[in-house]
Amino acid sequence: MTSNNPAVFLLMVNGQIEAADFPEYDDLYCKYCFVYGHDWAPTSGLEEGISQITSKGRGSQSLVWNFPLDITFKSTNPFGWPQIVVSVYGPDTFGNDVVRGYGAVHIPFTPGKHTKTIPMFVPESTSRLQKFTSWLMGRRPEFTDPKVVAQGEGREVTRVRSQGFVTLQFNIVTKDMKKLGYETTSEHSAATGLTRTSQQL
Amino acid sequence: MTEKLRAAKSKAASLLEQESIIEPASRLQSLRDRDTLTRFDRDTDPDLQADEDSSFAARLKFRDAARRAAKDKRAEAGLPTAEEAYNFFTFNFDPEPQQQRRKKRQSRRREAEEDGEGESGEEDEEGEEEEDLFIIDQSAQDFLEVRRAEYIGYSRRLQRERETLFVPSMRPVPASSKLPENVRPRYLEEEGLYVGERPHVCLTNQNILENRILKQAEGRKWFGDDGCIIALPDPIKESSSRPPLFHLEDELDPALQAVYRKALKTKHVNLYIAGMGDPQADYQLDVDVSGLIFSHHPLFSREHVLAARLAQMYDQHLTRQHKNLTRLLTDKVTQKCASKTKLPALSQVTQQRIAEYKHEVRHTRQLRDVEQEKDRALLKSIIRVWKELKALRDFQRFTNTPFKLFIRREKVDGEQDEQEFENDIMAEVSELEAEAEEDYQRKMSEYRRQHEEWKSWKRKQKKQKKKRQQEEEEEDEEREEELGEEPEKPEPPEKPDTGDLEEQVREKAARIRRKPGEPVLIPELTVSGPITPNEQCPRAEFARREDVAKRALFIKVLYNDKEVSRTDSRTLNMDFRVHFGQIFNLKIVNWPESIKLQVFESVGSSTSQLTEVCVPVPESSVLTGSAPFEEMEFSSNQRVTFNHEGVGSGVPFSFEADGTNTQTLLTSGKLSCCVSWAVGEDDVPLAPPSSQPGGGMYSGHRQMDAIACIGASGLNDMKKLGKWAAESRLDPNDPNNASIMQLLSVVSSGDVAVPEYFRLEQLQEEFNFLSDEELQRSRRFRLLRLRSQEVPEFRHFKCVPSMEREVSEKVFQDYEKRLKEGEIIDTKEHIDAHRALVAKYLQRVRESVINRFLIAKHHFILSDVVSEDEVPSIGGPGAGVLGWNLFKLAEPKRPLKPCRKERKKVTAQNLSDGDIKLLVNIVRGYDIPIRRPYASKPPASAKSGRSFTEPFTAPVSSQTPQQGSEWPFGQVTPLVRPFVEVSFQRSVLQTSTAEGPNPCWNEEIVLPFSAPNGDYSSTSLQSVRDEVFINIFDELLYDVVEDERERGNTIHTRIERHWLGSIKIPFSTIYLQSRIDGTFKVSTPPVLLGYSKERSLGSEGGYDAVRSLSEGTFLSLFITIEPQLVPGDTVREKFDSQEGERLLIASEVFEKEASGRFPKRPCLTTVIDINGKTVFVTRFIRPLNPPQELLDAFPNSPQETAEVVARYVSLVPSLPDSVSFAGVCDLWSTCDQFLTLLAGDEEEHAVLLCNYFLSMGKRAWLIIGIAIPEGPTAYVLTYEQNRYLIWNPSTGQHYGQYDTFCPLQTIGCLISSDNVWFNIQPYAAPVRMSFDVSKPNLWKAFFSRAFPDPGLSSVQPEGLVYRHTDRAVAVELQDRIEKVLREKIMEWRPRHPTRWNRYCISTLRQFLPKLELSGGREVAEEHRLELQSLLGEYRISGFPLHLPFSEIRPIIEAVHSTGVHKVEAPNVEFALAVYVHPYPGNVLSVWVYIASLVSAH
Repeated sequence: MTSNNPAVFLLMVNGQIEAADFPEYDDLYCKYCFVYGHDWAPTSGLEEGISQITSKGRGSQSLVWNFPLDITFKSTNPFGWPQIVVSVYGPDTFGNDVVRGYGAVHIPFTPGKHTKTIPMFVPESTSRLQKFTSWLMGRRPEFTDPKVVAQGEGREVTRVRSQGFVTLQFNIVTKDMKKLGYETTSEHSAATGLTRTSQQL
Repeated sequence: MTEKLRAAKSKAASLLEQESIIEPASRLQSLRDRDTLTRFDRDTDPDLQADEDSSFAARLKFRDAARRAAKDKRAEAGLPTAEEAYNFFTFNFDPEPQQQRRKKRQSRRREAEEDGEGESGEEDEEGEEEEDLFIIDQSAQDFLEVRRAEYIGYSRRLQRERETLFVPSMRPVPASSKLPENVRPRYLEEEGLYVGERPHVCLTNQNILENRILKQAEGRKWFGDDGCIIALPDPIKESSSRPPLFHLEDELDPALQAVYRKALKTKHVNLYIAGMGDPQADYQLDVDVSGLIFSHHPLFSREHVLAARLAQMYDQHLTRQHKNLTRLLTDKVTQKCASKTKLPALSQVTQQRIAEYKHEVRHTRQLRDVEQEKDRALLKSIIRVWKELKALRDFQRFTNTPFKLFIRREKVDGEQDEQEFENDIMAEVSELEAEAEEDYQRKMSEYRRQHEEWKSWKRKQKKQKKKRQQEEEEEDEEREEELGEEPEKPEPPEKPDTGDLEEQVREKAARIRRKPGEPVLIPELTVSGPITPNEQCPRAEFARREDVAKRALFIKVLYNDKEVSRTDSRTLNMDFRVHFGQIFNLKIVNWPESIKLQVFESVGSSTSQLTEVCVPVPESSVLTGSAPFEEMEFSSNQRVTFNHEGVGSGVPFSFEADGTNTQTLLTSGKLSCCVSWAVGEDDVPLAPPSSQPGGGMYSGHRQMDAIACIGASGLNDMKKLGKWAAESRLDPNDPNNASIMQLLSVVSSGDVAVPEYFRLEQLQEEFNFLSDEELQRSRRFRLLRLRSQEVPEFRHFKCVPSMEREVSEKVFQDYEKRLKEGEIIDTKEHIDAHRALVAKYLQRVRESVINRFLIAKHHFILSDVVSEDEVPSIGGPGAGVLGWNLFKLAEPKRPLKPCRKERKKVTAQNLSDGDIKLLVNIVRGYDIPIRRPYASKPPASAKSGRSFTEPFTAPVSSQTPQQGSEWPFGQVTPLVRPFVEVSFQRSVLQTSTAEGPNPCWNEEIVLPFSAPNGDYSSTSLQSVRDEVFINIFDELLYDVVEDERERGNTIHTRIERHWLGSIKIPFSTIYLQSRIDGTFKVSTPPVLLGYSKERSLGSEGGYDAVRSLSEGTFLSLFITIEPQLVPGDTVREKFDSQEGERLLIASEVFEKEASGRFPKRPCLTTVIDINGKTVFVTRFIRPLNPPQELLDAFPNSPQETAEVVARYVSLVPSLPDSVSFAGVCDLWSTCDQFLTLLAGDEEEHAVLLCNYFLSMGKRAWLIIGIAIPEGPTAYVLTYEQNRYLIWNPSTGQHYGQYDTFCPLQTIGCLISSDNVWFNIQPYAAPVRMSFDVSKPNLWKAFFSRAFPDPGLSSVQPEGLVYRHTDRAVAVELQDRIEKVLREKIMEWRPRHPTRWNRYCISTLRQFLPKLELSGGREVAEEHRLELQSLLGEYRISGFPLHLPFSEIRPIIEAVHSTGVHKVEAPNVEFALAVYVHPYPGNVLSVWVYIASLVSAH
């Protein structure tokens, strides 16, 4: 693996879905999955997961999951950089399991620790009557595939309402990105890289 | 010490007391009152707060009581009284404690002084210490109170919270609280003052507001004398501040109606200058506006007019002098004369040159004369105008203009001058003389010639006269007429008079030239003259001057019609000159189209545009510094009149007193400006390259005039220009031609290259980080690009390598091969060239349609993205969740009638190989053919009683088993041991073996499914072309134990299987239908050797009685896909259409309504034709002639003709659209397209069949319905002999309306050539329906009285032309198929020799044409008998296969699926015969007879 001419670069993601802030709801759980391009392949770790149900603490407004994420991708092309899609579910007034929010965010590019807060949203019913019946029957509109929220195509037909936030924490390690010619680090390290090449020259 | 201090303190306290006492009691009272008020606001007890609704007075009282109570409480606790407390809290203590302390200190000082000086130092410290202690002591006692920690109860906390909140009361506020004490409300109205009526405000709201205001610190100031809130009398504005909203319904003044204007795009928006991309190239135009001179202005006085004219003439004079044309021409004349004389008059060439010279000299001289005359005239008029001016000045007795003309006389040397003059005249005269002489000579020669002619004519006439005397009169007359035109006798020309000439020349010279010896007059105009000051002018002139002083001018600079800047405003001077002297630097991005200067004149605050001057865009060689100023003349046609001395403009005026000789002058002048390209810091011109295409076009530069006159194209064609210059003999010395000469020299040196291209997006190149070629060459980019284009091979390519070198060329091999194949059609595959072409065409259509769908696929609707429950409807034909379905919940469960549960549907995205399985449940079979015994004797009659006409006559007599008796009684061998083999995608599975002709398997077969390229998206799944083959075989066991002794303990049998029939179901059908459930007819060969289609007697009950009516083998199947896949929706892209908008809307409404009422019945009004356009479906129906041969085949029997036609249609190969066009979109082709392509799906077959039937005079309709196993499909309905017949166009079979085994299950709509009817009957099965479309309660017509048929023309051709198919081609094809099949069979039997029985083959070959003729019926038994007799010693099993011909591959597959080749008996022989029957229009019917022969011995 320590070859000088790597064919792939690796992106190691670990972190956690820390907490969520859904002011009106309680007893929520979340699901996550990754959406990535054709050139990406997970080498280890879980691509999808479903968390425990968490309840609000007394007096606290946030729902804490601390649900770990750990996945490593390999890729040949930054195109289709992975995104994490989080969808949150929980019971409604009648105890039906309904969706409380969808959200997606790109995995950070740069190595290091990142904390991301994703605004969550749910699709709206198409009419008032639909809204009422969906509330009554506990079958709210959902995305056919949560991965829709990670892409732009087809979103123009939907109407959504924002609802809560989810906070995620990522620790990113990359390997061989620079060797393949992708610079993701800041100016400072770029400068050091430059001096190194000049020394080589 | 402490005592002293205490005393001091008490003193101070008493002082304080006194101070407070000094204040008047009343004020204290009021203060206290106010204080309570405020306290009430802030600290009132909650119980008080609760009682807020009570009146104010009551509250006051209550508060007093409360205060008292509090006082008591405090008194008990040994606290100071309320007053003290009040003082304590309200007093401003800040300064006082200090004061107090100062006092204390002072007192202490005093005491200390009294005590003595000695201790003071120590005491100071001590005293301070003590003082601190004392203060602490005191504070502890007086200000602090130690109490136990207070617990605030919940209710109290609530109360406190409520203290901070305030709910304003809705009760009216008493006037007393709104006004200062003891003031009565004053009502202005009562005092007689006008008070406006306030707008109505809800009283409660007003009260709330007043209450709220009163709670504020200075609430009372909001109230006026009358106790009301101070407000404007009427705060409502008279006029609305918002613009009124106009509604379309309202009658709007037409003048106010908005007019729609299309948005205009600026012409110059994207005209960037080429090469703008590089950062150095910023271009700058310098516009230098130096000044303005009016040649006429409305404020000109008469004198000004004359002066301006004078100045103008003088300018003209100066320029003429500067050019000095006269001199130039004179020089030229002399030079020419000199060169003429120099030439030796020898050769022909030189003589010609001399003649040319002469001509030129004459021409030049004429020009010179004209110029001289002009010069003289100008001089004369200058003098005349000056005289007029002087006269005017004298007349009006004041001077307005400083002009003064001096005329300088320049003395000339008289003699020399005279001599020159004389010389000149002499030269001219001599020239003229020479000319005249020449002319004379020419005329003389002419005369001589004419004279000769005349003489000869005379002679002739004389002769003729002599002749004529002998001729008749008639002729004479004619002759006379002929000779009537007698040529005049030419006059000899006059000799030119030289003396006369000289006189003429002299006279002319006197007129236009200065007399010799006369002094040269040189006018000089100066501006040194005095101007009469304002005071001395008459009133009118004074007014004019005043007016002039008021005027100011400025100039706007417009670049590409946009104002970029403007000059300062300058006042107009007395001399009507304005100097601006401003330079504007324009940094430009867009190509300059126009530069305009607008002159504005302002009088006071009003500004008016005088004129607009267009400045030409400079050549790129015109640079700042070197560019000369140009004077742009302008004029404006304003009409201005004044009542003072100003002459105005555009109005006539006169210089004469009597008003004659009027003239009209317009405002005009000259604008001096200079537009040039700036020069950068390092002397780089900031100009775009001169090769700009626009440059020459828009250049109005004077220097380029010569070029412009050739036309714009000449600019680019320098050769043409050079040619023109050579032809027109341009004078290289002429300064006017200098620029052209220079240009030509540049061109010939090749410095200027005009680009031959026009760049559309100049900036694009700057963004390319790689040239296109390089990008093309890169394999990696190519791969990425192909993938993003969703090319099938690469659509799911994973992990494109990161490095170019890692992408191997192999990746593209398949793709390139496919591309190449698109061009070269493999003729081997297709056998005949026509089909190859068709396949190619089809491929192209498919590609274009697929591309269209790829685009459409990215259009989403809500249901694609969001899954949402339908609103439950109450009742209705749909899922009435809230309606009757509620009652269904109460229904008793019926465990004996289980319903299939709906499975959860799986979206195809997250599937992978192995996830999908095909479930085939084979329930049972009916009427499977049974084996025939090997009777050496043929049965007497094997012919079934069924005749062709049977379907039409509804047979009632059931087919009786006639041959039951033939079976040897007590035979042990079963009738048949069938099993079912299912093959799909190379996996083959089979059921166990059952026994008997009506077996029951009830077995489930699970077949794996894998999608092509691992793509499980719905589009890909739809395009899967695999088919599920379900074959029924008979298992035969042969005992091969050769030794009889072993029979006891060994079983050695050979298993043979005989194919009995098959069912083919395309995967796409299963996918789209999600499940297929029913009893299907097994397609059995017309002849099955060794088997007979018999029914065992009475083995089944009465149930079979119905089924036995129809012939054939049936199989009950249930096929589905596990997990259930969501079939892709049809593309909802709206295709463009040529149908009328109204029709399209109507059809949409019709379809919507239909699907709303009967969601399960297909309704079709518009279809998409092969060009991708929406076409109304009735346009496809039109009577079309079938091939004549078919009609001639059975001239007497219309039924048989119909059958033949149906058979013909069914022979056109079928190709489902959903397979060819992966977007599940029905494309309909017209019949001629269909017959040309020779491929189409059920709709095309149905349309063709329907059209044929119509042309045959039948009543026919197209049925859109659902059938098994095809799914939604099209059938044809005909009405004959009072019966309705349903035709399956793909098989050519027909069913009666009441045929239970008709595959058509649901009828959605009927289509004829003029209408569409939707089925609104309660039942959709043909058995339970009425086909009478005239009943509106059963059939809903599309075109009704409300929406009549607009008369749609058909898209079908007038008639079909059939090419006669060559018999030879068919024979050739037949041979090729046979050869291929034989090779294949041998290939499939790699371990066994394949022997062919020639005798059998020849028999079969003879038999096949008979089969074709009979359509596969009737001859079966005869044939079998024939074979049996011939091949008695063989056990034959075999059958003919009948297929329409499209490609050879399906034929091979069909043969393979029968498994005939699998017979592994050692002595097996095979027979194979192929017959191709040609039908017109290249439709071929293929028969393949395959049989295996095993020797019975």
